Amino acid sequence: MELTEKHVEGLKELLYKMADDQLIIGHRNSEWTGLGPLLEEDIAFSSMAQDKIGQAHALYELLEQLGEQDPDTVAFMRNDTQFHCCQLAELPIGEFDFSLIRQFFFDHAEALRFEMLQNSIFEPLAMVARKFRGEVKYHTMHADIWLKQLGHGTEESKTRMQNAINETFGLALGIFEPGDYETELQEVGIFAGEAALQAAWLEKISPIVQQAGLRLPDISEVTPAYGGRKGIHTPHLQPLLDEMTEVFRIDPAADW
Amino acid sequence: MSIQSLDPRVTRAHIEENTQEGMQEPLDQLQTYEVFQQKKRGTHHQHVGSVHAPTAELAIVFAKEQYARRGVCVNLWVVKTSDIFITEYEDEDIFSTTPDKYHRDPESYKVMDRIKAYKEKQLQQS
Repeated sequence: MELTEKHVEGLKELLYKMADDQLIIGHRNSEWTGLGPLLEEDIAFSSMAQDKIGQAHALYELLEQLGEQDPDTVAFMRNDTQFHCCQLAELPIGEFDFSLIRQFFFDHAEALRFEMLQNSIFEPLAMVARKFRGEVKYHTMHADIWLKQLGHGTEESKTRMQNAINETFGLALGIFEPGDYETELQEVGIFAGEAALQAAWLEKISPIVQQAGLRLPDISEVTPAYGGRKGIHTPHLQPLLDEMTEVFRIDPAADW
Repeated sequence: MSIQSLDPRVTRAHIEENTQEGMQEPLDQLQTYEVFQQKKRGTHHQHVGSVHAPTAELAIVFAKEQYARRGVCVNLWVVKTSDIFITEYEDEDIFSTTPDKYHRDPESYKVMDRIKAYKEKQLQQS
């Protein structure tokens, strides 16, 4: 099947939301640098934040090949309404319980998305998905082991984990906000779609949460935090962009 | 059965008590684990340093980023520092005469010279 203009638009939409998620969550998680709960975790969390920026860069490069602007311009010269990250990604780091649960929810979704994309007919994307498989596996391993540790830790750690899950679950469902080209992406085999991804994600995380002695809220009673994919964001995103792009905007043509 | 805590916020959250693995006591300090890294399959693991961690699983998670985020690595071991049995420096003298024992060092035998001499002799005879 030939790729029509609609397929390419759908592909761009997919790449933008993935890359924006990674750039923004990577920037957010880097805010733990120097503040992590212990030295080793500080280094690990910062290193994973860097990984996310690298993944974003790889996807912005694919967008450039599809005719979009270069990665620096795309990353640093847009306002919040032009970003397609989910609202989960842009929220402040909060306390470590929230950041950890955000990583758990987000990185499992990302790992499964990459797994599905490894067979995408758009080969450059399939290659990127295969390249980062091990990196993302470590990120989910990190989240799973902490979840188990703190779920079976003290009264305080378990309570914090459960409260963070309750507060974050609806935001996490916002990851799977349907795009405008779901059918087009599926019919040619670019991507199996957000609904399929959400189902795989729930199946994957449910037993891990249960084994950690915790529970997921009833999905039918939670409102997904949609909007991010369409450029509707919380008031937290624009200040983050202002800070992230402060130096770049002084002289966008500077050679680094 | 949900947790009944002295902290009313915990009780209000209706958190189920763990049944399989009981609650743990808070740790005052984390223990240390020694980290051993293997750079290629089949080669020796080499000691690269230590990490603080509450469990071996988390020690592995930390070791990966502390010691294996750059360069090549195929495998990691962690072992509790307290599980390593060590010699005392005051007993260092048990090793003191080791460097003198040339007879234990294969290179101290001039075997190659004798083999060469034997081979030459054989050549001359033939």
